[in-house]
Amino acid sequence: MKQKVTNQTRRKMLIGGAAAASTPLWLNVANAQADTIKIGFPTPLTGPFSAEAQDQVKAAELAIKEFNDAGGFNGRKAELLVRDDKLNPGEAATRTLELIEKDKVNFVVGSLSAATQLSINAVCKERKVLFNSISQSDAINEAKDWSVYTFHEALNPTMTAGAVARYSIPRFGKKIVFLTADYAYGHEMVRAFERAGKEMGATTLADIRHPLGASDYSAFLPRIKALNPDILVLCNFGRDLVNAAKQCTDFGLKSSMKIVTPVLLYTSRLAGGPEAFEGIIGGTSYYWGLEDRIPTAKTFNDAFRKMYNGSVPSDYGALGYAGVKSVLAGVKIAKSTDTLKVVTAMENMKYDWYKGPEYYRKCDHQAVQTVIIVESKSKNMKDKYDVFNILTIEPTTEKNMRSCAELGHKA
Amino acid sequence: MTGLSFELLCMQLLTGVALGSIYALLALGLCLIFGMLNVVNFAHGAFFMVGAFLGVYFLGITGSFWFSLVLTPLLTGGIGLVTERFLVRPLYGRGLDYPLLLTFGLSYVLIEVMRVTFGIEGLPSITPEGLGGTVNVGIGYFPKYRLFLIAATAVVILGVWFFIQKTRYGLIIKAGAADQEIVKVLGVDIAKVWLLVFGLGCAIAGLSGILASPTRSVNPEMGIPILAESFVVTVVGGMGSPVGAVVAGLLVGVVYSMTSLFFPDLAELSIFVLMAVVLLIRPQGLFGKAGAMG
Repeated sequence: MKQKVTNQTRRKMLIGGAAAASTPLWLNVANAQADTIKIGFPTPLTGPFSAEAQDQVKAAELAIKEFNDAGGFNGRKAELLVRDDKLNPGEAATRTLELIEKDKVNFVVGSLSAATQLSINAVCKERKVLFNSISQSDAINEAKDWSVYTFHEALNPTMTAGAVARYSIPRFGKKIVFLTADYAYGHEMVRAFERAGKEMGATTLADIRHPLGASDYSAFLPRIKALNPDILVLCNFGRDLVNAAKQCTDFGLKSSMKIVTPVLLYTSRLAGGPEAFEGIIGGTSYYWGLEDRIPTAKTFNDAFRKMYNGSVPSDYGALGYAGVKSVLAGVKIAKSTDTLKVVTAMENMKYDWYKGPEYYRKCDHQAVQTVIIVESKSKNMKDKYDVFNILTIEPTTEKNMRSCAELGHKA
Repeated sequence: MTGLSFELLCMQLLTGVALGSIYALLALGLCLIFGMLNVVNFAHGAFFMVGAFLGVYFLGITGSFWFSLVLTPLLTGGIGLVTERFLVRPLYGRGLDYPLLLTFGLSYVLIEVMRVTFGIEGLPSITPEGLGGTVNVGIGYFPKYRLFLIAATAVVILGVWFFIQKTRYGLIIKAGAADQEIVKVLGVDIAKVWLLVFGLGCAIAGLSGILASPTRSVNPEMGIPILAESFVVTVVGGMGSPVGAVVAGLLVGVVYSMTSLFFPDLAELSIFVLMAVVLLIRPQGLFGKAGAMG
């Protein structure tokens, strides 16, 4: 008898305990509704792309501020949780997992490298968290890596290298030499440039590969000069591009060939100086000079100038802005922070944050957008930010992208 | 391989010599310090980087490359003196690894100081007035600055050679490297000699930094890869042999350049293959004395 009572007491205690344990949990859920909307932002704050990464953060903060100033979503404010992925895929995966598990972020936006974005994407895919990538990659569109949670705000090599090829080959000639950084980014750019070039009858004389992070390219240059191509394509990024452009200029290659690059970075041009980049043509997702013809670019630039002492946003910076802006707009349209509802909202969204109309292609969530072809200048610069002439804007079109079927998606 | 001509080979050779000049200068500084003090200076690449930063900075302020070319090595040499006196000196008499670890740590401190001072992006490099553009060297057009670089390196190497071979101080340095006990007995304050040699090595590193700055971007991490290459040069030439450093520096530059012409993918690897081959055939290096490490 006594035993039974104790058992009953124990049972009561257990039930009470369970209730006690579940009550705060339930309260937590209620609290979370009033909590901030957290956006995890892994990006390489240190390392060779740090200049671009810091600009991404600055512009992303602007998008957060605009959202909060407009009252947020049902009174919920947004918050950016920036983490340094050190340009290392392993580090990026760890930081992303931490953001999801420990910081309980609602969404992830960020990355700046083909390799780290794939590792961030893999983590988000597994944890079913929406990831909007703001760095170039072709692989992320392919069915193998892609998931319904994957969005790609940035351009991809097929679009940007293709646009540069379509602009430069008819104007300068069909004999091409590539100087390529020997990793995913370089290879993808070469493949995309050749793909577009083939339709125009271009031939590759040589694809010279150099190790990532090389500081001296002079040993490759006499051979390039001897090959005498019409176009030299620099398929490298960041400091590699700066060094290669500078040394090609020093060796006088510009007198006999046109130098182009699939991604002509604003920050690289600033770091390399006007002489090194003089006359080099390249593609970009954004240049602040668009403000003369695109009203949203003007609005975006002015807001950025106001927040950061008159400086202008860079190409990758602008992507940080758009990446966050899209996700938060998705929340407002979906009237929820539920991942799948936001995914659906973003899939159906037509938006114009900073560079004209864009939308996400349904099958791979690639942002369909313009590629801007710019030429670096060393004369008639109005101020230190005035570094490019806009030559042309290749319009938004799915024709210049790999088709959904080609990427392995079901139509 | 299309269009392989005599001119192309000569151009490639010249490019290699220009590349090798920087290697030779850096290895010369490394090897002076090692030969005399038995200190493996892992901060050498960082001194190279600091030299590039200070050089570009003073060039920006004063507008004179030549002034900057004189001031920069004096400053990096000064930092070298302070480093030897207060950091390296207390470690003499301990194992080879003590100063090695210390200078390794120092290199990261210097990198961080430059990041804090000049920003992580670094400074845009500037080609000095009058040395921009190319000039016809008979076999084709070659950048004027790289020709200047070869000439400047030759002048510095001759200067160091003259200092060591023909001056009283040089005699003491040579004697000290051969047998420091005897030099001490003869009444020479060997500590001062070591201080001077360390400073000289760092000054040469800084000078190579400013000389290299117009050819590449100046950033806090620029000294890291070139340090590894300089060690390859030192090993190929023979640890502690100045002549070996210079010859091996040029050799490494030429090997790299020639490999780039025929097998660009293997260029980076080629200098390490060269090192392996030299170590197999002549473990003490081309100009090293056997057992110099002992």
